Amino acid sequence: MIANNAPNNPPNSGPGAAPGNTGRGGEFDPRLRFRQRMGAVIFFVLLAAVMVGIVGLGILLVQVVIQGAPWLSWHFVSDFPSRHPEQAGLRSALFGTIWIMGLTALIAVPIGVGAAVYLEEYASKNKLTSIIEINISNLAGVPSIVYGLLGLALFVQWMAMGRSLLAGAMTMTLLVLPIVILASREAIRAVPDSYRQAAYAMGSTQWQVERLVVLPAALPGILTGVILALSRAVGEAAPMIAISALVFLTFSPTDPLDRFTVMPIQIFNWVSRPQDDFRGLAAAGIIVLLLILLSMNSVAIYVRNRYQTRSEE
Amino acid sequence: MNQANLRTQVTVKPANGGGGDTLIGVEDVAVFYNDFRAVKDVTFNVERNRVLALIGPSGCGKSTLLRCFNRMNDLIPGTRIEGSIVYDGQDLYGPDSDATEVRSRIGMVFQKPNPFPKSIYDNVAFGLKVNGYRGEIAEAVERSLRRAALWSEVKDRLKDSALTLSGGQQQRLCIARALAVEPDVVLMDEPCSALDPIATLAIEELIRELVAQYTIIIVTHNMQQAARVSDETAFLMVDDDRAGYLVEMGRTDQIFTNPQNERTEAYITGRFS
Repeated sequence: MIANNAPNNPPNSGPGAAPGNTGRGGEFDPRLRFRQRMGAVIFFVLLAAVMVGIVGLGILLVQVVIQGAPWLSWHFVSDFPSRHPEQAGLRSALFGTIWIMGLTALIAVPIGVGAAVYLEEYASKNKLTSIIEINISNLAGVPSIVYGLLGLALFVQWMAMGRSLLAGAMTMTLLVLPIVILASREAIRAVPDSYRQAAYAMGSTQWQVERLVVLPAALPGILTGVILALSRAVGEAAPMIAISALVFLTFSPTDPLDRFTVMPIQIFNWVSRPQDDFRGLAAAGIIVLLLILLSMNSVAIYVRNRYQTRSEE
Repeated sequence: MNQANLRTQVTVKPANGGGGDTLIGVEDVAVFYNDFRAVKDVTFNVERNRVLALIGPSGCGKSTLLRCFNRMNDLIPGTRIEGSIVYDGQDLYGPDSDATEVRSRIGMVFQKPNPFPKSIYDNVAFGLKVNGYRGEIAEAVERSLRRAALWSEVKDRLKDSALTLSGGQQQRLCIARALAVEPDVVLMDEPCSALDPIATLAIEELIRELVAQYTIIIVTHNMQQAARVSDETAFLMVDDDRAGYLVEMGRTDQIFTNPQNERTEAYITGRFS
């Protein structure tokens, strides 16, 4: 906040300056009170804007916890869904989510990091490259259901993978790839050029420079981006509904070609039941999902802080 | 980064000058950044086991010229070099010459110390691993650190991050790292400009020791430094078309006490910027 000082004598008093006065003419109308009050008002307006988000999230969390906490128990995590609310669990959804995340990471990270390294380090700056860059940025903003339908047509039907984990993971890969590429490029760009120069000057080939210098230095940033991208994917229901449909599974997938369900689908399923008890189950499912999300985000923050402090001088 | 396509006009000639000690022959070299000619008409010889200082005002192309010797300019897209640089009988820009191979024989130390964010040991071992060193890496690391007069200061903390070293130590680490590859020539681009006077003195003493085994080309803004460390001095200036050119080259004591060119005299006595 800006403290308003007592008026200093300006070097140019202007022609209208009254002699014998403080040196400032009557052409100023400082309205000091008004300006200060304005500042205070703006402060509260901005604070209110922040509070809308925080309070909204807080109410949501409290409500979910109140509704869902009674349903949380070990059997909720370890049992399969059931028609009887007191026996229902989300085991199949939890395992499906873990499978999808693992497979997505396995496919998306090499492709995404590879694309980022190519665009940042190998591609020459020409029109084609900039078209690709613009497209990747735009892809990050495509609604997720579009990816779901694309995956349904491309992987499930055309490639005949069926409604399998693999098809789901590849669809999720499409969804997170733009984020992984953008984050990785950012991280690679942040690697000081002096490292590359030093490595080249010792007789490294370009691949050695990338593998031994650029990628290790960019790794924390890349990891952070990957984790954040995956945690976005964990909560996506729309593309997974397109791929897997609303299914009621009483087995955990054991093979990438198995059918699957994921947590957001299971929660969606419970919410849409008429009985109140299922709404409690949905709330409990949301709590588990939030715990997974928050722990993934904390890992991302931890990774970033740990390596940042290390690589700073 | 790109390996820029270099359209080289190759004139394969043996280095002139007749002296048997000539290691690098520079003939009619001009360097272009796209259409801009940064350096022109440079011809001189570099003698083996000597320190050559490149001096001159800012923007005269000293660093550009220095980076021609290990083809670092290749990394800047749009760079082109004309003329020839013959190193040990091999045209550095000839069709048989490979930039990566050239850089493993002509090492470089940069203006700002730039150790990798790795351990001291790994920094020195880097060049060995990259170039497929078959010997005992730990021994080679120690040898290089000793040559760079850093061993006694770091021998108990080889696993520490190189970034924990002081600026002067970091620069000596960078020298050790360059020496590990066992180059013949070490290029130094204003190696002391980011260092305090004491660290500068240490590097200068080191340069005098290293010249027994290496040929050193050093770019410096500091006249006293050039006078202190170099055997020979080349003075470059900027022409009206903003291209750097060689004014005069000779033995350092002769350049500093009895320059042949009045512009050289004016520069070293500080009579113009």
